[in-house]
Amino acid sequence: MIEALVFYVFALTAVGSGVMVISAKNPVHSVLFLILAFFNAAGLFVLLGAEFLAMLLVVVYVGAVAVLFLFVVMMLDINTTELRQGFLQYLPIGVVVGGIMAVELVLITAGWYFAPYVSSAIGAPTPQPEQVSNTLALGELIYTRFVYLFQASGLVLLVAMIGAITLTHRKRVGSKKQNIAKQIAREDSVELKKVEPGRGI
Amino acid sequence: MVDFALTLWEALWPLIWIVIKILAIVVPLLVAVAYLTYAERKVISAMQRRKGPNVVGPLGLLQPFADGVKLFLKETIIPSGANRAVFLLAPMLTFFLSLVAWAVIPFGEGLVLADINVGILYLFAISGMGVYGILMAGWASNSKYSFLGSLRSAAQMVSYEVSMGFVIISVLVVVGSLNLSDIVMAQKNMWFVIPLLPMAVIFFISTLAETNRHPFDLPEAEAELVTGYNVEYSAMTFALFFLGEYANMILMSGMTTILFLGGWLPPFDVAPFNLIPGPIWFALKISMLLFVFIWLRAAFPRYRYDQLMRLGWKVFLPISLAAVVVVSGVLVAFDMLPVAGGMR
Repeated sequence: MIEALVFYVFALTAVGSGVMVISAKNPVHSVLFLILAFFNAAGLFVLLGAEFLAMLLVVVYVGAVAVLFLFVVMMLDINTTELRQGFLQYLPIGVVVGGIMAVELVLITAGWYFAPYVSSAIGAPTPQPEQVSNTLALGELIYTRFVYLFQASGLVLLVAMIGAITLTHRKRVGSKKQNIAKQIAREDSVELKKVEPGRGI
Repeated sequence: MVDFALTLWEALWPLIWIVIKILAIVVPLLVAVAYLTYAERKVISAMQRRKGPNVVGPLGLLQPFADGVKLFLKETIIPSGANRAVFLLAPMLTFFLSLVAWAVIPFGEGLVLADINVGILYLFAISGMGVYGILMAGWASNSKYSFLGSLRSAAQMVSYEVSMGFVIISVLVVVGSLNLSDIVMAQKNMWFVIPLLPMAVIFFISTLAETNRHPFDLPEAEAELVTGYNVEYSAMTFALFFLGEYANMILMSGMTTILFLGGWLPPFDVAPFNLIPGPIWFALKISMLLFVFIWLRAAFPRYRYDQLMRLGWKVFLPISLAAVVVVSGVLVAFDMLPVAGGMR
């Protein structure tokens, strides 16, 4: 019973904060609600027994991605009333995208209902959660069966990172840079002195 | 009637028991935080040949409580331009996060509130969230000093988290488990500080940056930012930040102890050492690290911002990244990779 209660708390907070993300007037509040939504999603993962994914969600999304996001939003001076002008103009596209997603979600759930063998086919590669911890299960899959896919996704991220750096990197002319090794290596201007306690130099 | 009372008791007892256990962790922790502030003032004054607090109580021992009462009785001021809800939420979040992390810390063999499988990740996640309290405080205060302080803090904590993560990974490769008790028990024969000394040093320095302590206390650099993110806070809202910061220091020392100094294990498993119970060893090791925290504050000037970023991204990150490769390479080469229980 407690588990069900906890589930509803997490689920309702997640949905509620999701709604607040798009309806909050202040963009910073939106981002904070987004973080709350992430956090509740992590709670739902814990309830599912996927504690590794839950912690990863918090470490990666809450701990790093959302921080930078919040960082940027806080520094922008966004005028919300200006943003809301022409809001309805995008309504048809939004309805179409939302409608497609809703239909797909229904199809997935209906798939379980109409073709029960599908779920057994999907669930085959993972071991039972009672036998091994899910960190171990994930590691065994990622580093054995899907190692090439794993490496490929790593390469995609690397390319994206290098791309971002080359796009934003600029040589600054005239800025003075500190060369710490050079500074420490100087001899003539540094003097070591042994100071007697209570007497000073 | 008796039956009903009995079933009610049976249903409620686990809840009451867990509350008792939580209190048994939080109350000593808060007392430790109070006396850490006292220790900091005393140690620094000794290093600077002063007396430090010595008026309130014998040897000034009641000073932390006097400070607490003072902060409690002061007026809480909320700036008129502040974003009220976020302004009040920020110190609560900071304090809450600094306490909630202690749920997974093992104080001795089996002496842990929640012995979860992914304990180290939980600690890492909670310490990573600490930045929100500071960011929210800086933004909600609606003051440029606070905001600059919080921006510095966010950049700093995110940067140093990366190298901390790699150091944790190199320890995890050696242990083969994410459970904190397993990590401690893997150091039964040798503390990880010996084979992984460079990692331990990097980790400790990163925890300094993560807790915004000297010499990396740029978020509250008095000289240029007054006190950074908490300028606008007063009374208990300030006290919560203060308590949170010091509880975080203790937590980070605890994390270093668990990862590198063998947690609750005695240094040698022989008669005079292993008679002392584990929690006392744990507390002793934490106190030693906290002394280093305070010592560093007295000994070093503050880093400049670009030097801080250089240290994090250009020195620690490459070294810790290389260390993951080297450590796992050595483990593979000498066939010492840990094989976890469920592995087939």
